[in-house]
Amino acid sequence: MNYNQPLELTGLVSNLHEFFRDNLSPFWATLVEGALVLLALLTLYAVIALALIYIERKITAFFQSRLGPNRLGKYGVIQSIADMIKILIKEIIHIKEVDKFLFYAAPFFVIVSSMLTFGAIPFGQGLQAVDFNIGIVYVLATSSIGIIGVLLAGWSSNNKYSMLGAMRSGAQFISYELSAGFALMTVVVLSGTMQLSEIVESQRYAWNIFNGHILALIAFIIYLISGHAETNRGPFDLPEAEGELTAGYHTEYSGLQFGFFYLAEYLNMFIIASIATTVFLGGWMPIQIKGWDAFNQIMWYIPSYVWFFGKAGFLVFLSLWVRWTFPRMRIDLLLNLEWKYLLPINLINIIVMVVMVLMGWTLSDWFPALFGN
Amino acid sequence: MNPFIKYISGIFTALKALIGGLRVTWRELWRKKVTMQYPENRETLVISDRWRSELHMPHDENNEHACTACGICMNNCPNGTIKVTSNMEETEDGKKKRVLDKYVWDYGTCTFCNLCVITCPSDAIQFNNDFEGAMYDRSKLIRQLNKPGSKLREKEKVEKPAAPAKEAAKPTEAPAKKEEKKEIAPEAKKADEKSSDKENK
Ligand code: SF4
Ligand code: SF4
Repeated sequence: MNYNQPLELTGLVSNLHEFFRDNLSPFWATLVEGALVLLALLTLYAVIALALIYIERKITAFFQSRLGPNRLGKYGVIQSIADMIKILIKEIIHIKEVDKFLFYAAPFFVIVSSMLTFGAIPFGQGLQAVDFNIGIVYVLATSSIGIIGVLLAGWSSNNKYSMLGAMRSGAQFISYELSAGFALMTVVVLSGTMQLSEIVESQRYAWNIFNGHILALIAFIIYLISGHAETNRGPFDLPEAEGELTAGYHTEYSGLQFGFFYLAEYLNMFIIASIATTVFLGGWMPIQIKGWDAFNQIMWYIPSYVWFFGKAGFLVFLSLWVRWTFPRMRIDLLLNLEWKYLLPINLINIIVMVVMVLMGWTLSDWFPALFGN
Repeated sequence: MNPFIKYISGIFTALKALIGGLRVTWRELWRKKVTMQYPENRETLVISDRWRSELHMPHDENNEHACTACGICMNNCPNGTIKVTSNMEETEDGKKKRVLDKYVWDYGTCTFCNLCVITCPSDAIQFNNDFEGAMYDRSKLIRQLNKPGSKLREKEKVEKPAAPAKEAAKPTEAPAKKEEKKEIAPEAKKADEKSSDKENK
């Protein structure tokens, strides 16, 4: 059952680890490794954000029968790098009468929260920085810190548009956080663990979305909807409704501070996609079928991080598709959707899921020869 | 209906509608892109026939046009963009006849409303597709549309190319009457008076 994995990064990681352990005292080894992991994560964060901005602009254009950025580099690939440089050298405009401390602290809340969540994502085999045994709870908790940043930004800007945007965002986030949490809990019931690495491992032969069939599918859809709403995107972007609120909570921000909000928004989209991938679509696990060793071997030749980014990319595409299809919702409809539809469905769903797991009605219970671990 | 059934069926109708929307955008995603990369595709660029950019007066190979200098276009123009000046000439058989002297159109004040083209009784003017109209000098925007030395196409000649084209668009009856009318068109007289008025001023 040990497959050949030529392109995997596990070897590199453990070699580095041994190298530091042999040459440095344990304290320094941990410190240096920590710094390296941090550096790697920050780089990945920036690169993914830039790539996402480019991809989003391109796909958006295609949905609107346009070509999108195509002037800078072949097919405009370095457009977002140019945009980044622009945003870095832009002046930060100091606003009079703002609550200085909160105003400047707000973007950091947003970006730190998405960084913290980002660290817990298993990008591939052995490529996970934070792997708590309560991973799901950690992810939910850290991703919720961002809303404090949004509320602070709106509050401290001393601007009614920002304030309204922040309030909407707050109402929306707190409502949809419930659904997102319950949807993830449904899966926790199914896989019996909260540790992200184990959740991935448990989906070796049957992704959760198949293992829990209808119920998991419902949870998956609910998670995607509430994930959308949490990231203020798609049809749920009313905290930033340009027509009503100029730019919502980040109206007063400029330069790099605005860049932080912007970056965090894109990264949150990716984070939602990757958590959904990890929890529902088998994470970095290649497609594997029990007993078909040759097929499995071929699948393993494709490194796990490619699988991960492929699946997450699919979900990102889905989110863009939804974003450019549906019109923006009104705030009362938005709250209706959550409190009158998603939440009750979710609660019933989780109870039925518990029953299903107890009665052994999952796919892996029915067909242990095919899907059992 | 039972509210619970209504609730459940509402969910499914909503889902159906949402999927319908997604299908529309999915088709849109694969459609041919409409963007024109203008300076690069200058050779292959396609401009719609309905695009109005420059007013021009078609001249045939004998340097003849169809404008009778009636001035209807000038009177209909909401912006005073067109200036038609005419001379009176005497034909061989002693009749007086109006002849176009200068047809001046100002690119700078035209709003491309097309009224002049629609109302011209002789179909003497048209809009073309040359949209690259930027100039460095404003005086270049004021153009004379009749070519130097050009003259009015003779009646017999006019009838043949112009008449069938008009018949196609309008009811086919009594073309002869129309022609008669044209000759004694009251507007023409009015225009005549007006233009002479202007000349007097
Ligand atoms: S309406 Fe036609 S025929 Fe009369 S002056 Fe204008 S262009 Fe000439
Ligand atoms: S298009 Fe309209 S504005 Fe332009 S010359 Fe004709 S009547 Fe005047």
